[in-house]
Amino acid sequence: MRVVILGCGRVGATLAQMLDEEGHDVTIVDLNIDAFRRLSPEFKGTAVVGTGIDEDVLRRAGIEQADAFVAVTNGDNTNIMASQVAKRVFGVPKVVVRIYDPVREETYRKLGLDTYCPTVLGARNIKLLLEGKAATDLGSRLRSGA
Amino acid sequence: MYIIVGGGGKVGYYLAKTLINEGHEVLVIEKDKRKCAFIAEELGSVAMRGDACEASSLAEGGANRADVVVAVTGDDEDNLVICQVAKQRFGVPRTIARINNPKNEHIFKLLGIDVTVSHTDLILSQIEQEIPAHPLVHLLKLRHGDLEIIEGTVSERSRALRRPLRDLPLPDDCIISLVVRNGKVIIPTGQVTLEPGDEVIALTKTESEAALRQLLLG
Repeated sequence: MRVVILGCGRVGATLAQMLDEEGHDVTIVDLNIDAFRRLSPEFKGTAVVGTGIDEDVLRRAGIEQADAFVAVTNGDNTNIMASQVAKRVFGVPKVVVRIYDPVREETYRKLGLDTYCPTVLGARNIKLLLEGKAATDLGSRLRSGA
Repeated sequence: MYIIVGGGGKVGYYLAKTLINEGHEVLVIEKDKRKCAFIAEELGSVAMRGDACEASSLAEGGANRADVVVAVTGDDEDNLVICQVAKQRFGVPRTIARINNPKNEHIFKLLGIDVTVSHTDLILSQIEQEIPAHPLVHLLKLRHGDLEIIEGTVSERSRALRRPLRDLPLPDDCIISLVVRNGKVIIPTGQVTLEPGDEVIALTKTESEAALRQLLLG
């Protein structure tokens, strides 16, 4: 699978390396060149410097051939715009977007984006741990519209 | 009309001021405390502190009864989200977004924003107008249907001279809307004949512009 990941923070870098180790073709994009220091020296993918809401930057990252796009910068609106560009302009088949704000997350889930809201899922899991239960399977939570 | 302005910087402030003077009900939603206080001081209680990207701020501002939401922050992604949330969650009939990067114009169009205003493009066309060598000036680009309003001066070499407008081989999808001769306005009826030096304002499809230029400028 060819994957473009936007945002090389903790989540972006970890995901990039996980996919890279599994043999996927990964390109990671970040505005800040220093962010790529989070990647281990073994990372075989490509790193592209630039803003993810710019079509030309996304093209350079190979979005036209990508099977999947993930937006995990620390800005909700950047993620929202970039993922819509990936889906609507470039027709990437699988697009996942992280949105911290639960209300915005709900809005864009209804608009058809595959959204992931760490705020709601995190709070729910922490509550479960407080109650002495095991944290839930995030996948099923995500699907049921948590 | 009730108009919500997202972003209270220079553009938001002057926009609100103009709209209020025209008798509209206006609310500016701005994150920054100092900018909010400045608007309140200058324009009265029309500023609300909040993030226009967040549905809670828009709800508090009464977005469900707003006729128009205008997003004028300096960040295109924020302006996109303000307009989309206003439209999707609150059913605002008309959304207008300021675009900072002209490249984003077609993206916004694709993503359902009703009107976009690119100040970068506006400044460029303003400067182009002031450069006399530029033969045909874009006055306005109409987003719907790729239409443009353009202005040009008829040259000595023009093939359009000395015959009535109705006989001109104008390209399709193009109409001459106004002729200005020696500062006087002439309504371009079919029998009007163009003279060198006439300023012509025309409405044209973008693809017919080159042919129109050929005809008027020779």
